[in-house]
Amino acid sequence: MLLIAKRLAGALPNLFGIVLITFLLTRALPGDPAAFFAGGAGSQEAVEQVREKLGLNRSLPEQFWIYVKDLARGDLGQALSTGQPVGAEILSRLPASLELVLASLLFSVSIAIPLGIAAARRPNSWIDHACRLVTTAGVSLPTFFTGLLLAYVFYFVLGWAPSPIGRLDPYLSPPATVTGLYTLDALIAGDVKLFFAALRQMVLPVLTLGIFVLAPLARMTRASMLSVLSADFIRTARASGLSTTSVLVRYALRNALLPVVTTLGMVFSFLLGMSVIVEKVFAWPGVGSFALEALVASDYAPVQGFVLTMAVLYTLLNLAIDLLYVVIDPRVRLGS
Amino acid sequence: MLPLLEVKNLSLQFRTRGGTVHALQDVSLSIAKGETVGLVGESGSGKSVLSYALLGLSDAAARVTQGSAHFDGLDLLAASEADLQDIRGREVSMIFQNPKVALNPIRKVGHQLEDVLLRHTTTPRAEVKARAVHCLAEMKIPDPERRYHAYPFELSGGLCQRVMIALALACGPKLLVADEPTTGLDVTTQAAIMALIREKGRPAVGTQAMATLLITHDLGLARDQCDRIVVMHAGHVVESAPTEQLFREPRHPYTRQLIGATPVGRASLADLTAVRGNLPDLRRADLPACRFSERCGQASAMCAGALPVIDDGRHLVRCHRPAQEVAA
Amino acid sequence: MPNLLPARATQQRLAIKKVASGKSFWGHARYVLSDNPFTLVAAGLFTLFVLMAVIGPWIAPYDPLATNVGPTLQPPSASHWFGTDSLGRDILSRVVVATRIDFVIALSAVLASFVIGGLIGACAGYFGGWLDRIVIRLTDMVMSFPLFVLAMGIVAALGNSVFNIIIATAVVNLPFYIRVARTEVNVRREAGFVEAARLAGNGDARILLLHLIPNAMPPMMVQVSLNMGWAILNAAGLSFIGLGVSPPAAEWGIMVAEGATYIISGEWWVALFPGAVLMLAVFTFNLLGDGLRDLIDPRRRT
Repeated sequence: MLLIAKRLAGALPNLFGIVLITFLLTRALPGDPAAFFAGGAGSQEAVEQVREKLGLNRSLPEQFWIYVKDLARGDLGQALSTGQPVGAEILSRLPASLELVLASLLFSVSIAIPLGIAAARRPNSWIDHACRLVTTAGVSLPTFFTGLLLAYVFYFVLGWAPSPIGRLDPYLSPPATVTGLYTLDALIAGDVKLFFAALRQMVLPVLTLGIFVLAPLARMTRASMLSVLSADFIRTARASGLSTTSVLVRYALRNALLPVVTTLGMVFSFLLGMSVIVEKVFAWPGVGSFALEALVASDYAPVQGFVLTMAVLYTLLNLAIDLLYVVIDPRVRLGS
Repeated sequence: MLPLLEVKNLSLQFRTRGGTVHALQDVSLSIAKGETVGLVGESGSGKSVLSYALLGLSDAAARVTQGSAHFDGLDLLAASEADLQDIRGREVSMIFQNPKVALNPIRKVGHQLEDVLLRHTTTPRAEVKARAVHCLAEMKIPDPERRYHAYPFELSGGLCQRVMIALALACGPKLLVADEPTTGLDVTTQAAIMALIREKGRPAVGTQAMATLLITHDLGLARDQCDRIVVMHAGHVVESAPTEQLFREPRHPYTRQLIGATPVGRASLADLTAVRGNLPDLRRADLPACRFSERCGQASAMCAGALPVIDDGRHLVRCHRPAQEVAA
Repeated sequence: MPNLLPARATQQRLAIKKVASGKSFWGHARYVLSDNPFTLVAAGLFTLFVLMAVIGPWIAPYDPLATNVGPTLQPPSASHWFGTDSLGRDILSRVVVATRIDFVIALSAVLASFVIGGLIGACAGYFGGWLDRIVIRLTDMVMSFPLFVLAMGIVAALGNSVFNIIIATAVVNLPFYIRVARTEVNVRREAGFVEAARLAGNGDARILLLHLIPNAMPPMMVQVSLNMGWAILNAAGLSFIGLGVSPPAAEWGIMVAEGATYIISGEWWVALFPGAVLMLAVFTFNLLGDGLRDLIDPRRRT
């Protein structure tokens, strides 16, 4: 338990750093930050109001204190385009982004890990080379390009996928909100038809996002599996007559997956970052597209809120991975 | 009486990027029921390779080019992987050196024992834990109930080796292959482990004694533990005899040099002689018929020909110029 | 007076060293290239791209910025190999010329983070103490942002320009180089040759610059090639979402963005060609990075 507390405590400086950096970023704006936050078309009065509210006349440390106080209250500023508080907007759009990110992770993992295992069991075979090629190609594919290509091929040419216009066909209405994830909520409500409709809309975006992170996962699985399969304890397991499946799953895989868990941190960094692009290509109403729309309108509070949210999310996810590792590796848990 | 394990003229190669490694050449070996045989030689002489080949645990690059190996009537080389999995751990078991890394680091030792028990015996799930704890106790592991829940990194080298022996002996095998079981352990633990192996090899009335193949580079250890010793060099069997006879009348020059290099009693370093030279590179296509000839002090022109087999039923030597048998 | 080995002994030592190492560097390079044909292909493509970046503007058939050199939104044809876009501009010319911008951005950014990050990391690894702790804290803070998100934030704050993309990409890449340099220097800090240099009277700066940093180079060089690929993707990605390079400049990311609206309705060439060439460039750098790693440190091969 002490270990868990230590990990939690270790995340705090990172959270502070995130707040500090997002603060510095907006104060680094060339020109008058107040004018930026008031919007391109703000009147002189509006600009002065913003200046007063943000305390831009005061010293930097005082400004920072105001910023932190606002954050603690959940006040991330106003979105000029909608007039709504940024915090509320982000919160309402977060489930959409999360659904995308989690589904992509699931997709990637379910392909990359078996691929990595297969490649490790038959080194230098065709499947090994295929694994290497696919993963190198996957990591070279610009996400926006993949998305557009997939949309072109599967929607325009083949007509298999639905039109890339967001989470749900405009004629259908979303399920009652429980988690905010349309697929889960549809299942909870027992509406199977809605579940599949939401799923259909997700196919292309998830594919696009997932392809990019196949590479690190598959490569790590392959490398880790290769190293584990040649380890002494596998030889002992085989010499004891344990079945091939048993050796592979209970002995090799469990040990091999440990380093893969540590790769998940990098995977999340890519997923969160590239989700912005995927949201733009597929008109997915998540926090990324919220920030992009605001950018176009020279509205900066949402952008700052977006960066803050993503960074906090990322830190929490990394913390979760850290804790997961403590739980599954007895050597860490019991301190070898 | 039919031997338990019979290996005849076994030759094995490894296909590697750097060439073909002729790891084993014309190796013959037999072990009778209940017998303890020592397999000795330098590192790289092929001892472990031979044992892996018998159990079907060789590297994927290995090819058997000639010979046969039979265990209790089963043709080991022709057996399917399923058949081999059936006898591994049950009829033939193996223990390895470096016990700490030879056990699954993230699985409790008790569970590893259970895996073997569930695989090879009909012990019902409800009783398997008790049986595992019993196995640990049999190996003189103190506080077996608690040690059942331990992970290998929490145990000492000696305890880990006892766990590995427990794993190997859990199902009462007929043959135990012990590959350098005491290397890396301190001297006192070595003695205890060997005593344990010896004791388990000669169990109570009614059950069959277990045969042991003790693989080691330590000739002194082999002398203490084994009924018979087989000496290997560079993938060849060069000499084989009952222990005392081997030490009284070593006939192969390599054996004589090995004995000369083995400390006995209070011998000082100055009393020992090293074995000259190094093992030949087994990738060479031009390996001589006698792979010791390049290191041998008494090699002559006649040593270029194919190795003879001089065997009087108890003492086997493969040399063109073996030392003469002393009349009994 | 420094101790000089007798000349003959040195020669003997060098002679033994040559025999023992077997292959020379080029021999090893030949082996790696022949073992993995992809590396050879990558090397060829790399030269092609560098060529395009250097002489691009001169070999482009049309002026990349000139509108209406042909009818708008024409599919690939004999006169316009890659077709034309919505403003009648020749896509092939734009794609070729865009090579320079993306390469310059990626190269500058990676070079900057390589040099600055390398220096910071080396100092942190060498001097240790509070400097090391501060550097680690700062690196961790930067790394607690998803990389692309931080780049977005920086460019949004500083404004749309090529220079700001370079800054953003460099900042985001800094932590990797800092870490690698720090580890490599830290490991070698107590090594024999460092002690020897110190005893010979070299100051810390000289030791760092002349001895430790050159030794830390190989793993960092591998990182550079892999980073180049990612830096290009980053720059293109930022431009795609409207940050960084602004129209009418010819840049792969912008071109794909411009083509995005048309691809759904069937005019595929506007987005496809810039995207495909972009992908090829990144692929080249990734393969090259893999090959470099095999060359320098085959043990880390994955």
